[in-house]
Amino acid sequence: MKMINRFWKFMLLAIIIYTIIQLLITTEVFNLFYTNTLITIAINIILAVSLHLVIGITGQFSIGHAGFLAVGAYISAIVTMKLALPFPLALFAAGVIAAVAGLIVGIPTLRLRGDYLAIATLGFAEIIRIIFLNIDYVGGAAGMVVSRTTNWTISYICLLITLIVIINFTNSRHGRACVAIRENEIAADAMGINTTYYKVVAFVIGSFFAGIAGGLYAHNFYIIQPASFGFLKSFDILIFVVLGGLGSLSGAVLSAILLTIVSTFLQDYAETRMIIYSLILILVMLYRPQGLMGTREITDFFTSRKKNALKGGENL
Amino acid sequence: MSTNPLLHIQNVGIRFGGLRAVANFTLKLNQGELIGLIGPNGAGKTTVFNLLTGVYAPTEGEIFFNGERINGLPPYKVTRKGISRTFQNIRLFNELSVLDNVKIAYHSLAKHSIFSSIFRFPKHFSGEKEMEEKSIEFLKIFHLDHVKEEKAKNLPYGQQRRLEIARALAAGPKLLLLDEPAAGMNPQETKELMELISFIRNEFNLTILLIEHDMKLVMGVCEKISVLDHGQLIAHGTPEEIRKHPKVIEAYLGEEVGEEHA
Amino acid sequence: MEWIQQFFNGISLGSIYALIALGYTMVYGIIKLINFAHGDVFMIGAFTGFFAISVLNLSFLPALLLAMIVCAILGVTIERIAYKRLRNSTRIAALITAIGVSLLIEYIFIYFRGAQPEAYPEVLAKETYNIFGAKISSQSVLILCVTVILMILLQFIVHRSKIGKAMRAVAYDQDAAKLMGINVDNTISITFAIGSALAGAAGVIFGIYYTKIDPLMGIIPGLKAFIAAVLGGIGIIPGAMVGGFLLGIVETVVSASGFSLWRDAAAFIILILILIFRPSGIFGKNAKEKV
Ligand SMILES: Nc1ncnc2c1ncn2[C@@H]1O[C@H](COP(=O)(O)OP(=O)(O)OP(=O)(O)O)[C@@H](O)[C@H]1O
Ligand SMILES: [Mg+2]
Repeated sequence: MKMINRFWKFMLLAIIIYTIIQLLITTEVFNLFYTNTLITIAINIILAVSLHLVIGITGQFSIGHAGFLAVGAYISAIVTMKLALPFPLALFAAGVIAAVAGLIVGIPTLRLRGDYLAIATLGFAEIIRIIFLNIDYVGGAAGMVVSRTTNWTISYICLLITLIVIINFTNSRHGRACVAIRENEIAADAMGINTTYYKVVAFVIGSFFAGIAGGLYAHNFYIIQPASFGFLKSFDILIFVVLGGLGSLSGAVLSAILLTIVSTFLQDYAETRMIIYSLILILVMLYRPQGLMGTREITDFFTSRKKNALKGGENL
Repeated sequence: MSTNPLLHIQNVGIRFGGLRAVANFTLKLNQGELIGLIGPNGAGKTTVFNLLTGVYAPTEGEIFFNGERINGLPPYKVTRKGISRTFQNIRLFNELSVLDNVKIAYHSLAKHSIFSSIFRFPKHFSGEKEMEEKSIEFLKIFHLDHVKEEKAKNLPYGQQRRLEIARALAAGPKLLLLDEPAAGMNPQETKELMELISFIRNEFNLTILLIEHDMKLVMGVCEKISVLDHGQLIAHGTPEEIRKHPKVIEAYLGEEVGEEHA
Repeated sequence: MEWIQQFFNGISLGSIYALIALGYTMVYGIIKLINFAHGDVFMIGAFTGFFAISVLNLSFLPALLLAMIVCAILGVTIERIAYKRLRNSTRIAALITAIGVSLLIEYIFIYFRGAQPEAYPEVLAKETYNIFGAKISSQSVLILCVTVILMILLQFIVHRSKIGKAMRAVAYDQDAAKLMGINVDNTISITFAIGSALAGAAGVIFGIYYTKIDPLMGIIPGLKAFIAAVLGGIGIIPGAMVGGFLLGIVETVVSASGFSLWRDAAAFIILILILIFRPSGIFGKNAKEKV
């Protein structure tokens, strides 16, 4: 079948990319700095794509994604450091608990619309952060020491899983229901779509992968602190989605790659980075509010233009 | 038949703050009927549709569909019970293709789960294939299959209206509510629309409630007409009776009944 | 009398929230924009006051006035450069732009000045009065006086003056106001000017009362003031005042009961409860979306 064929093409490409990069790492062409950047890129793509499902596909403006990142980071750190269980299990637990947090946050807030929803998610993210700040078990404001376990291979595997799940979800009747909500919630409702259910589902899946990203993130930096998961972190993730184009998965991926590289170079100039980020955000909103890619996908440029049936990437 | 109407609206009303947009509204629709709902601007016609479809919950009265009480149900549940609608101001899924617009209406008729879609189980493929085939069949009936890959927002106005009806039908209704389907259409398009409405009514065994300002259309296709004014039902009867009804003439304030309203 | 003491502390904090909340509410009322940069206007107000007092050697009132003028100009500039183009875009595009503007102000300021905090000079003689056994500083009294005067002034402008009438007309229906010959652009700019001036005043008052200011000081009070505005019913001026005082008192009570670390969480919990159960706030009316 055509779709299955596409899936194997995608996997082949994925394996080729992996092999090349792994080769560059083992032959030490890529030093530690490059490898680190690659891991950060993978984490950021996971974050971008998971938020893309919520904002770009379902049209629900959550600006508190860092809250779920924090849940994932802390849960995974507890699993490895306090319970001494293996890292992959910690990642899974991070995703599951973040998804539960997403469910708890999503059910009451997703009834709200537009900017009210945005503010409520921001509020919840702050509450999550303050909860960690007040739990002595995870070190309070000083944070928690975490051993460095994240490597390129596991980040890449997590990234692939994220992409496959979110693309497959998007290109199904369920993803279509979410896009319908984005396009016109009242009409979606009138077409028999349980809008609340699908908003919550998208939110929970998004939170799950944000949690996984949190697990990778925590085990990549030796220490996690509540201060790293504030509003600015949510903003960093938001900008990937907004810049890439609301509704474009490849746009989110591209801008995550691009901005991660930019901020790696500006690592020692935090203010400059923030000035550039905020200028990008303002200029995109003023002059190209649909983002760089709009709702198009990168694959649209290769296939004939008429063939794009659905947003969110090709069928896998 | 008349003992068991398909839709029974009993003394329904709603308030928006101080405004009684609809009050004490009663209407019976039997299986297979085509009834027109007319009235001056702001009379409360669209509000009646919103009450029927669960967009607003009535503050008074009851609505029975197929013998089941449906007031207070959320819109998606009402749709699944078999009532679907079009909107006065077209509400298509603009960025989506014509085909996807119709597929979305099939959503609740398909059964493959989120799980099977994510892991691409065979059920996903068969489910999606079925949705696609049925949607294309529908588009053919509405002569829209040649534009199926076009984005809905890029269709000309008349086709957008037709797509909205196609989409409403794809949801599998027993009762179809059409809110000014001919608004903004030229006489030729209106004529085609009238034929289409008669056709789908027979083809799908539908009951239809139609809001329309175009009197020619209403008088031409409806067996019975209800007239609303200031939220109140002021007349109900055959087109002939309505045409002569003094209250209707008064409500339209000298406007000749039968005149077109743009 | 511990509780009376806390009540007065709450009122002082609340009047700062209320002054900032007024700007949020006025702007939201007129263009439906959550002006995230409002907290940063407040910060610029605090620094202008600092500069006026310590460098220009001005006394309290002239410093307050200068801060208000600078902030008014800043507010109008932001509106003209960034927000004006957004009139026809989605609420979300507007919100994101506002977040961008907020961060831009903060980091440009840090870029040129550095992030280090500043200690506010003492411009007012510090006396303490004893009221019902609670110690009330002269500053608290002054803060309350200034806040009340500014609020009365604002009520006067909104309800008695021609520009106030124009503001209310534009908030009610922009297109109709335009047809009636009201200059909508100017009215919106003036709304920004007034709201920003109030935030500037709040900045100076904050500096004097809490004595420490820094370039990121606007974020939390800005968010809190927004919560206050939502609490009172966004778009409603008396709502912002009541919301501000209420939030100030709740926060002080939470702190005083030994949960000071949870103070910020309390505000956000209030926000979420209000958004979920009464999104139109204490004074607002619930409206159904037209279909
Ligand atoms: N959500 C709402 N909130 C407040 N008032 C409303 C709401 N929806 C409708 N109304 C009011 O109810 C009245 C009836 O409106 P409705 O849209 O039902 O009229 P209509 O008969 O469909 O008119 P038209 O021919 O112009 O479509 C109007 O006065 C309208 O302003
Ligand atoms: Mg209507």
